[in-house]
Parts: sequence; C-alpha cells; structure tokens
Amino acid sequence: MKQRRVVVTGLGALTPIGNNLQDYWEGLKKGVSGAAPITHFDASKFKTQFACEVKNFNVNDFIDRKEARRLDKFSQYAMVASDEALVDSKLDIESLDKDRVGVIWGAGIGGLETFQQEVTNFANGDGTPKFNPFFIPKMIADIAPGLISIKYGFRGPNFTTVSACASSANAMIDALNYIRLGYADVIVSGGSEAAVTGAGIGGFNAMHALSTRNDSPETASRPFDADRDGFVLGEGAGALILEEYEHAKARGAKIYAELAGGGLSADAHHMTAPHPEGLGAKNVMINCLRDSGVSIDEVDAINMHGTSTPLGDVAESKAIVDVFGEHAYKLNINSTKSMTGHLLGAAGAIEAIASILPLVEGIIPPTINNQTRDEKIDSKLNLTLNKAQNRDVRIAMSNTFGFGGHNACVLFKKIEE
Amino acid sequence: MSDIASRVKAIIVDKLGVDENEVVAEASFTNDLGADSLDTVELIMEFEKEFDIQIPDDQAENIATVGQAIQYIESAK
Repeated sequence: MKQRRVVVTGLGALTPIGNNLQDYWEGLKKGVSGAAPITHFDASKFKTQFACEVKNFNVNDFIDRKEARRLDKFSQYAMVASDEALVDSKLDIESLDKDRVGVIWGAGIGGLETFQQEVTNFANGDGTPKFNPFFIPKMIADIAPGLISIKYGFRGPNFTTVSACASSANAMIDALNYIRLGYADVIVSGGSEAAVTGAGIGGFNAMHALSTRNDSPETASRPFDADRDGFVLGEGAGALILEEYEHAKARGAKIYAELAGGGLSADAHHMTAPHPEGLGAKNVMINCLRDSGVSIDEVDAINMHGTSTPLGDVAESKAIVDVFGEHAYKLNINSTKSMTGHLLGAAGAIEAIASILPLVEGIIPPTINNQTRDEKIDSKLNLTLNKAQNRDVRIAMSNTFGFGGHNACVLFKKIEE
Repeated sequence: MSDIASRVKAIIVDKLGVDENEVVAEASFTNDLGADSLDTVELIMEFEKEFDIQIPDDQAENIATVGQAIQYIESAK
C-alpha cells in the first residue's frame, strides 16, 4: 500500500518578533531581535535580566476575560496561534468529520507561571492548603491541546508531547505518523511555551544556560559567534495544520509544503550537555533523511537547533559536516534563535515555520549578531550570517534538541505530484 | 444594598465575567451565571478570603445562588 502523504495547509505564529504569521516572517527576513529587558516580573536580582518576550499582546483581544482567566499563558498562546492556523487553512470546520481531526501539541514545561504562583501562595501561608481549583488543570502540559479540541469539537487523537526543547518537533512527527497510519486526516500541531517567570529565568540561570549580556540584550543570542555565552529565553507559540495530501487536494487547499519525514534519536549521554561529537544530532538527521526518502545532496537548507550555547553549536555543526560531507558546504544553514530566542517547547514549531516559508518565498532568514566567528566551527559552512540570502529552496530541515538528550528533526519539501 | 452584598457581587462579576445586572439574589451560579464545578469552588474560596471566614465543604454545597452566599456570609460574620 502506498504511504499516505502529509502536507502543511495552515500556519499560525505568536512570537517575540511578530504576533502573527506575517509579522513573524517579516521579522525573520529583516533580522529583527526579539530580546529586551524583562517586563513580566521584577528581574533586578537575577543574573539575566532580559528575554525574548511576546510584546503588545492583550489576551482579551482574542479570548474573553472569563475564559482567559482559566488559561495559563502557554495555553493562551496556543489558542491564539492555532486559531490563526485554522483560519489560514480555510478548513470548513462545520463540514469536517471531527472524529478524524486531532490535536497533537508540544510543550516543554507547561503552566510554569501558574505553578509558581500557587506554590508561592501556599508557601507563604500558614500551611493550610488553599489551592485554586484551576491550579492543576491550568498547569498541566497537556491542557493546551485539550482546550483546542474543546473549542472546535475535534475528537481525534489528542495529547501533548514533552521532550523539552524538542517537544513540538516530536508533536509534528507524531502527527505525521498518525496521519500516515490512518488514525486521522487532519491534525492541529505545533507548540507553545511561557516560561519567562522568576522560576524559569532563575532555574535556567542556575544551570548557567542563559546569556547574561545584560548591557546588550538584542545582541545576546549570537549562535556560532566566538563570544556567545548562552541562550536567550523566549516565549510564544507556533501552529501548523497538517493534513493528508488527498484530503487537502480534494478541497483545493493552499499547500505550503509537504512534511516528508521526521527523525528521532537520543544522545544517551548527559542530562543537559550535548554529546561532544554530536552523535545524537548526527543520528537524528540520518534518521530524518531516511524517513523522508531524501538523499543528502537534495537538501538545500537546515535551520539548526543553534541555541547560542558554547557546546551545543559546535557539536551540532560537527554533526552536519559528518552527515553531509562535502554537500554540507553547499547548504544554507541558519539559526533563527538569534532573533526569536529559545522558545523551548514552541521552538520546533516556530522554526518549522521558518523552514517552510523559504520553500514558498525563496529567502533564507539570517543568523544575526555574528561578529567574530568561532574557530571551532567549520569556516566553510554557509551560516547565513547577518543578512537574509535568496535561494530557491526545494528541501529544508529543522533540528531541535532537548535537555535529556532528546533529538528530533523534521524535513519539509516543496510539493510535487 | 449591604456592604457584604456589594462585595459578594463584585467577586462574582470578576470571577465569572458576568454583567452586574445579572447578579441578582435568586441567580444560580451554575444555571444562570455560567459557572462550572471549578468556578463554584473558586467562588467559595474567594468569599473565604474576602471575609476572612471558613466555609466547610458540607455548607458550601448549599450555597448555589447569589442570595444564599450573601445570607451565609452575613450569618457567619
């Protein structure tokens, strides 16, 4: 039997550099930084006092006040981005067979702000438990796809994938395979995160994972630069409507790209440090190419995980050279985290979008903030530094790696008959 | 309107996102004001906090309308 194919028919984005798909893409092309001093809480005592926050976002523009109150920010972001993607897909929700529509979402943490507030209240009290009844349902990482299904009545497969910074790539790959296997015809996928809180910044600071370049937030996320000093925490959401190809064709849908395959692997090395030779990264790209039925010389572009940490960027670039050999030097490689910061569980989703739009538009967004190239990174690689580059892209890959050593990679292809 | 009544109503308007005119004495939280089981638990907690009282679960079950809430709090104070 021929394998069912899966295409992308709708996109939505709520990011630190643009609150909708169009603004996000404009920001990516222009090389806009989303980093600025933290406004969500008083960070004056923190080692890192900046982040890539979502800006000028008023939830009541999208969700009524009572409903919004029941949702942690990561769910609010999920609702907004998935709404945009569904509108963009032009799916006629009423005529859909809703038993065949699922929601598979990614979140690395979930309702961290809710958790922090409730536990702080409890800790500051006299020991009498006074937890809000919404505490657990607001906080749990699986609530976002639940809420999306409730809003639209989608009764197909529904869950959240949790693999830290690879979460939403895992979500897309699960969605791809569920559609291939015939469990659903349409799946709303993507991911969201809202961890710019005291616990989030403080927790990552304690690991020495975050940049502390407080005097210049907008240049702090600088993947591949010799002076990079850690990642910049971001927040937001990305949503993709994944649809079985014949289903999309039958309704005359606009098709952005085919999600041709996904790769999965583990480093099996350390809780947080990447494998020094990029073993898991290498395997995940090989697995992804194999699953997609694509040979290495067909690939045009890779959006790297590239978080701007000293170890991670080196290991990943080594892995690319190992996998692609001479062809590595013909690739356009970039890290859009230089602009958006690191959205953790939403990273895979917004970076998938940043890999899909070049297929349509023929432009590769840049890796900004590169001033001094790191000698440990192969100098022959085209890292798309500082300015967008024009390129006719047929095949693009997107890497994501999570704490715990989880790796996931997705491959998008221009649609062909 | 008593001070207690107006404070109770303000909490209900805030938590349930309803119009002040709807918050009449005979209005039922679940049938008239759109509250679900979690909302009603949260309302009781807010009343406890606002008026510094304890409402035991078996008493809370009998507070289903705006009027019943006001009455309970007035007698508890």
